[in-house]
Amino acid sequence: MHPTLLDRYQLKNSSIHRLDPRLKVVVTIFFIISNVSLPDGAWGAFLLAWGVILSVSFMALLGISYTAKRAMIVLPFTLTAVTIIFTMPGNSLLTLPFGSYELTDAGLMRFVSIIIRSWLSLQMAILLTATTSFVDLMHALRCLYVPQTIIEIVSFMYRYLFVLTDETTRLLRARESRMAALPDRKGGGSLMWRARVAGHMVGQLFLRSYERADRVYNAMLARGYNSQLSHPVACPFMRSQDWTSGAVAVAILFLLQIVGRF
Amino acid sequence: MTLNINKLNFSYPDGHVALKNISLRIGRGEKVALVGPNGAGKSTLLLHLNGLLVGQGEVKINGFAVTKSNLPLIRAKVGLVFQNPDDQLFSPTVFEDVAFGPLHMGLSESETLTCVQRALSQVDMSHYADRMSYHLSIGEKKRISIATVLSMNPEILVLDEPSAGLDPRARRTLITLLRNLPLTMLVSTHDMLMVRENFPRMIIMDEGQVIADGATESLMNDIALLEAHGLERPFDVESKA
Ligand SMILES: Nc1ncnc2c1ncn2[C@@H]1O[C@H](COP(=O)(O)OP(=O)(O)OP(=O)(O)O)[C@@H](O)[C@H]1O
Ligand SMILES: [Mg+2]
Repeated sequence: MHPTLLDRYQLKNSSIHRLDPRLKVVVTIFFIISNVSLPDGAWGAFLLAWGVILSVSFMALLGISYTAKRAMIVLPFTLTAVTIIFTMPGNSLLTLPFGSYELTDAGLMRFVSIIIRSWLSLQMAILLTATTSFVDLMHALRCLYVPQTIIEIVSFMYRYLFVLTDETTRLLRARESRMAALPDRKGGGSLMWRARVAGHMVGQLFLRSYERADRVYNAMLARGYNSQLSHPVACPFMRSQDWTSGAVAVAILFLLQIVGRF
Repeated sequence: MTLNINKLNFSYPDGHVALKNISLRIGRGEKVALVGPNGAGKSTLLLHLNGLLVGQGEVKINGFAVTKSNLPLIRAKVGLVFQNPDDQLFSPTVFEDVAFGPLHMGLSESETLTCVQRALSQVDMSHYADRMSYHLSIGEKKRISIATVLSMNPEILVLDEPSAGLDPRARRTLITLLRNLPLTMLVSTHDMLMVRENFPRMIIMDEGQVIADGATESLMNDIALLEAHGLERPFDVESKA
């Protein structure tokens, strides 16, 4: 695990990267809201939304499958909605042999729509983080008057994720370095012992990350960090290309809703 | 040859070239010091010796190439101690950490116990067996780190700045230990006095390259060479102090 793997920001210089971060944040949020509010089975609108994502990925020099692949991570979470297939009233497609569960067409359509909506929304969020650096993103949130506390929580989580992966890497490497074998002995230890070592490593990970996070915080305090301090923020003006892109985004959002509803 | 490195090149994932065309051979029982300024590539080179980093070129231990299938056997031969003791220790107690290597190699519990006790007493830390390794001082951790590989009975000892952060007595214990252990050694260090005392051969690295490789006695007299690579002759250090 390399720390940079965590950082989704793709250092490229495209027109999308150069857009005002505030605009990108707002458009992403509205796009997600629009996505979620599209009716079930609005296949045309879903397809159009995906087309928009693909074009933006292309313009951002990310490659066509960049967001689609990464957004697959949402699939296991959509399983929580699987019961809807059976509970939605509608025409029965199939009756399960046990209990009296009926698989309905409306239920199936809603379930598939939920999966597509989540997948599309996550892709949009991935697009945002891939084209906006973390610092810019936080600055944009500040300019959009998101409360300082929330921004700080997000920044801390982000910073400590690195602490956590870093400690994990170190522990795993330390163990790997001494996973030796002798030619004439059966090594590796018993399953129980290996499990105990792994368990202890998880404990170590918690302890070490906790204490290291503490030291990071002390270092921040030592350099004058004060959580009460609200930093003065200078928010630049939007440039004309930002306004144009914003207008295009609004038009696309309207189009999506029209395609989805009529 | 116990250790044979041939035209080794390595770059870190961010593109930084850390090793350039390194070739060196170390015979059985030789004790070699690796010196050079910060960032010279010493630690990077040492991490290649038990396959934690793999570059282009050839690294052979006792004639075996360091490849994935050979790694377990090679790690039993090469005891590597990281520069930062927090990179070395991963168990809750000192005892468990020192016992990990022997147990993983398949030694019985009584054999392991003997190895652990011997290793801890070699670094003068016998009474620390039940302490939590994470809450030790840096010097204590360094000594435990060395014990974690001594307990595995390696043939080649690869140490990354073992004497840094030790108090004078612990440093003296370490120097005596290294002098008396009949193992092949490659030790990276900034401790020029220790080099002169313990290591008949010295390799100077800078900017990822081997600059000089020869008898410590003669290289130590080449003050221009030493100064060009951020080093000092230990005699000068002494007279200043
Ligand atoms: N994980 C890494 N990613 C990128 N570059 C690295 C990484 N680790 C080390 N380097 C770089 O490789 C070079 C060699 O580093 P190395 O740690 O081998 O130096 P060293 O000789 O051990 O120095 P020191 O005396 O300070 O321990 C340095 O320039 C360093 O910045
Ligand atoms: Mg080093």
